[in-house]
Amino acid sequence: MHDVGGCVIRSLIGLFVGLAISLSIVAFAGENPFSVFMILIRSAFGSPYDLGLALFYTTSLIFTGLSVSLAFQAGLFNIGAEGQLTVAALAAAATGVLLPEVPSPWAPLLATTLGISAGALWGFIPGWLKSRRGSHEVIVTMMMNFIAAALASYVVLDLIKNPESQNPESKILGPGYLLKDYDFVQKFFVDSPANLSLILALALSVLIYFFLYKTIWGYELRASGQNEVASEMAGISSKRWKTLAMTIAGALAGFVCVNEILGSSGRYKIGFSPEYGFVGIAVALLARSHPLGVIASAFLFGALQKGASDLDIETATITKDFARIIQAILIFSVAGATLIDFSWIRQKCFFWKKKGVTDANFE
Amino acid sequence: MQILSEIFSFYFLLSLLRGATPLIFASMAGLFSERSGLVQIGLEGMMLMGALFAAAGALATHSPWMGFILGGGAGLIAAAIYGFFAIELKSDQVVTGTALNLLAIGFAPFVTKILYDSTGSTPGLDLSSRFSFEPILIALLVSGVIYYLYHRSQLGIVLQFCGEEPAAVETAGYSVRSWRWIFILVCGFLAGLGGASLSLFLASSYSPMMTAGRGFIALAALIFGKWKPLPTLMACLFFATIEAIQIRLQGVDTGIPVPWMQALPYVITIVALAGFFGRSQAPKALGKI
Repeated sequence: MHDVGGCVIRSLIGLFVGLAISLSIVAFAGENPFSVFMILIRSAFGSPYDLGLALFYTTSLIFTGLSVSLAFQAGLFNIGAEGQLTVAALAAAATGVLLPEVPSPWAPLLATTLGISAGALWGFIPGWLKSRRGSHEVIVTMMMNFIAAALASYVVLDLIKNPESQNPESKILGPGYLLKDYDFVQKFFVDSPANLSLILALALSVLIYFFLYKTIWGYELRASGQNEVASEMAGISSKRWKTLAMTIAGALAGFVCVNEILGSSGRYKIGFSPEYGFVGIAVALLARSHPLGVIASAFLFGALQKGASDLDIETATITKDFARIIQAILIFSVAGATLIDFSWIRQKCFFWKKKGVTDANFE
Repeated sequence: MQILSEIFSFYFLLSLLRGATPLIFASMAGLFSERSGLVQIGLEGMMLMGALFAAAGALATHSPWMGFILGGGAGLIAAAIYGFFAIELKSDQVVTGTALNLLAIGFAPFVTKILYDSTGSTPGLDLSSRFSFEPILIALLVSGVIYYLYHRSQLGIVLQFCGEEPAAVETAGYSVRSWRWIFILVCGFLAGLGGASLSLFLASSYSPMMTAGRGFIALAALIFGKWKPLPTLMACLFFATIEAIQIRLQGVDTGIPVPWMQALPYVITIVALAGFFGRSQAPKALGKI
């Protein structure tokens, strides 16, 4: 990233244009855009409970945002984070239900390990198919999402169903699996599902940042994403890195199981994810695939997710699905803003001129 | 043997063709987009818009034909949004297509809430405002016309060269940009018709996510069919056969859990894409503007 300032400016332009367009759509439904915006803000930050819920969404979105970002950096588009987190949550929940006797410090570790391994497997398959067989990773990951959903409904409803509940959900995990005993985050946000995983998510972002930008492996991964031919020439096996990148991406998405299963609900509920995997794409794009940018971007989308939940009650015609529209328009506008060419502004603006217009990065 | 004879009957053939209809429309739509050099991940979104507005149109006018045309128009508008970003702003095509899909998923409940005060579905259509068999014939007719245009007309040559060697098209005096706009709008209209045949023919209303990945399966059929009209049509029929067998088997007691069978078309799609039945070559300039 030679031009961090430009990237941030482009992201912010995309963000504001996108928000403005989305809110003006509200006017078509006969609502006041400004009051809708205030509802979004109030509902996300109004009380510690609201903020806790927003942070709970943020945590999952950091995991999926990191997953999509890492794949982007390797030149792959991972729209399969949804399926990867589904199988991860499924593996964690199945472990907790089938082996309820495991004692506390080992139980969460076991469930997490199995969960992220399942996520990694769900990423490895499209990665391997992409690099060895040339299958388009977008279609394969999308198919893997549907297969994961089918698998989840089979395992949860046929094998580990909770017989006492009317809802489609699994039995409750063994008591040793829940993070509650160690959880100091939850004390700040009473009754909300925010939990220790938030710290894990932040730590993981920093770890991925170091991996990508401060290690040779990270360099090789990014190189194989930017120019496959050149990196092969330099002795980097880009095929191997593409497979590995999808595998790591799957594992990262898999961490959602810690937040959702071990950290809060303690069971697998069918449909628990408000499409974290797809929102993760928006998170990664807005962050320009930078692991530290993902934190800010995930917080924005987490707040949006929570903010939209009150739209059903507080407005007559806007539903919580409005979050989906804003997310989509933000992706459009951020993707469009990527190609804003600053060179003509630089020529006109004298303080840009000092840097010189020699870098001629237009094609 | 009992199971086999139960599966392969006249009704099976009918259900196969019904299932193939939206796939044929969508993959022919994808053919126009991808052959002209635009990666088309957004078929799903165009189909959803087509399905929604077709149902709304048929509800309002009590005519399936009006709904069908309106569905095509909705797909066309969705494609115009894609075209604006992909052709004019030169955004990443895969990202733009994904955004289109998300937009359609969010936009549908927005519209149904305003029109019908429901959180995602339209009211059911009565028999007179639905199709009984017509979309099957239209789909086959459309593929015939596209086959002719693709192989025998100047239009087909322009289409292929837009995706293979855009510079050559420019040299010959055609504007790649205008032609890509035309092709992407045709793509949107066809995908919209595919969606319309879902809500007016396969089902009797619009319901959330009713495309169930058909946009992606259509894309897989296109790749599997080597981006050519006739093989793509065959690939659609192949995927529809899997789907029809799967639906049929749900009614027969085979001992296989239902979710496993529902996953079958998706598994087959992955296997087909992996090139285990032969590889195919993408248009050279696909995704490059």
